[in-house]
Amino acid sequence: MATVRHHVIIDVPAAAAWALLGSAARLAEWFPGVVACDVEGTTRTVTLATGLTLPEEIVTVDELQRRFQYALKLPVITQHLSTIDVLELDHDRCCCVYGVDALPAVMALVIAGAAAEGLDRAKALLEGA
Amino acid sequence: MGRCILFVTTDQQRYDTLGCNGGTLARTPVVDGLARDGIRFERCHPSSVVCMPSRATMLTGRHPSAHGVWMNGVPLDPTSPSVAEELARAGYRTALVGKAHFEPMLDPFGRFAENLLADSGRATIEGPWHGGGVGGHFGFEHLELATHGAAGWLHYSRWLSSTQPEAVGMYYRVLDAELEVSAVGGGDTGAPQVHHNLIPREWYHTSWVADRTISWLESVDRDDDWFCWMSFPDPHHPWDPPSSERHRVDWRDVELPAGYVADPAERVGVLAEKPRHWLKWYDGELVANYEAPAKWVPATLTADQVREVNALNAIEVELIDEAIGEVLKAIDRLGFATRTDVVVTTDHGELQGDFGLLFKGPYHTDGLLRLPLIWRPAPSQHVEPAVVTRPVGLVDLAPTFLSIAGAHAPSWLEGAPLPRDDADATARGFDAAFTEWDSALFGVDVHLRSVTADGWFLTRCDRGTMHDGTEGELYDLGADPLQRANRFSEPSARVIRDTLLERLAAHDAREIEDATAPGRLVAPV
Repeated sequence: MATVRHHVIIDVPAAAAWALLGSAARLAEWFPGVVACDVEGTTRTVTLATGLTLPEEIVTVDELQRRFQYALKLPVITQHLSTIDVLELDHDRCCCVYGVDALPAVMALVIAGAAAEGLDRAKALLEGA
Repeated sequence: MGRCILFVTTDQQRYDTLGCNGGTLARTPVVDGLARDGIRFERCHPSSVVCMPSRATMLTGRHPSAHGVWMNGVPLDPTSPSVAEELARAGYRTALVGKAHFEPMLDPFGRFAENLLADSGRATIEGPWHGGGVGGHFGFEHLELATHGAAGWLHYSRWLSSTQPEAVGMYYRVLDAELEVSAVGGGDTGAPQVHHNLIPREWYHTSWVADRTISWLESVDRDDDWFCWMSFPDPHHPWDPPSSERHRVDWRDVELPAGYVADPAERVGVLAEKPRHWLKWYDGELVANYEAPAKWVPATLTADQVREVNALNAIEVELIDEAIGEVLKAIDRLGFATRTDVVVTTDHGELQGDFGLLFKGPYHTDGLLRLPLIWRPAPSQHVEPAVVTRPVGLVDLAPTFLSIAGAHAPSWLEGAPLPRDDADATARGFDAAFTEWDSALFGVDVHLRSVTADGWFLTRCDRGTMHDGTEGELYDLGADPLQRANRFSEPSARVIRDTLLERLAAHDAREIEDATAPGRLVAPV
């Protein structure tokens, strides 16, 4: 299993970052290439600007640990689990970590690469840049 | 009216594949003619031996440590300097037709403009560039893009799938089901990335690149100055030229290349003298990057497979030569010939059987480093034909283009306009060329810095998961042109080794104006 991880420090309280990154329905606000996001129960359907549709299973929404996990359900992807952790550093600062474990290995790189840009966008959005 | 510039690049082409450079397999009369009438460079090195960093160097005139694209999969910062932008500012029309690859190609999220241009039905994009207003993307007002086959979203793929849909599946499938570079063998010998392609020649991407270049040139006003980068995806693997052309070179008649070590025991011995990443790749224990099939073990490569790869490579080189000829005829017909400079080169080489290896990677020897480079100045300039033996680099191309255009040379350029002969090279200090390698993929990182100078070639292996920082390679290019005897640890070569290490240290410590921070690896390629 290939694993790739990115993180960003955001100068907002952890609760504020979690409100964005931990919300399954708000993905299009910060993840690049996502134009629509529909959530029904534990199923999320993501539509990309390229026209691709990604069915996902929401695995974990842990408000206490501020952990969100989902798994892509596509034939080309043998295994996948993406994990978003929002870690409080102090009252006004948090560390947001996006880890991707996937097979084929290439997909870990591609998903995490986009996620890294997404974290940058989330930081800009949350810090009001 | 000023001088126009036709910049022709191929992808992954060795120095010795051209007739003018001593090649005997492919017939290349068009490029040979340009060399005869112009300046032929015998020691041109890339700043990187993989596509994206090398192409970024050609565009920016900067080494990877300055432009930030340290490996394939790292996108060039859209605000990076660009020679196309500078030429556009100087009033040039600018176009890139063929393979760009400044941005990752494996891009399901559609993050990069290169991949979105064809999807949006446009040959260029709107939007500001580097402060606004010049060029559509990286300074090019017009882009029509292609890569190695018909998969993906680029213009060629769209064109082929819309006009000849049955041809799309005729190409070799570059990636396997796990999205790795495919190790599936084909052809007559089962060589990896070899395939009998039934596509008619007129639908093949080499023909398309030439056709679209001519189409753009026909759209340019006769009084305009222009810079056109015509970028052929071949002879990069897969080796799948149209089967109709396979009669040109029968692989059974192909001699094994000089760099091939026929005896397996001797081959292992040669590789064992090099830093450890060589033999580990050969034995299938290491894949340092995405540039070669991960599931292919180089030790399994047979002599016949080397012959077939070289035959198909030569056929692809011949098709490119003929395509360049068609474009030059069009330039003549359109009235641009006397004021057009033609520069022909490639982004990096190909091992193509050297040491029993194929493809490319962190293996800095002549197969990957010594590049074809021909500059035929505009006939109106009456430049004397010459051969330059002193080292130059692809980093010198951007300053050359600006010099041809009589445009201002920005201070961020790291190279210098190419010399016109050896005397010019000596006078202007062309005495070394540098190449960088940095890879970090799934827990394996390799970092190399190389320099050629004074007839020697040195590589320093910096600390990483594969090296402890003490290893390196040193070759006497005169006495050992095939780079078989690594003299890095020989006491008798200590003086030249230490001298070249000092050159590398100076390169590392050079002042870089507005260096772009190393970019993020976001895709395999």
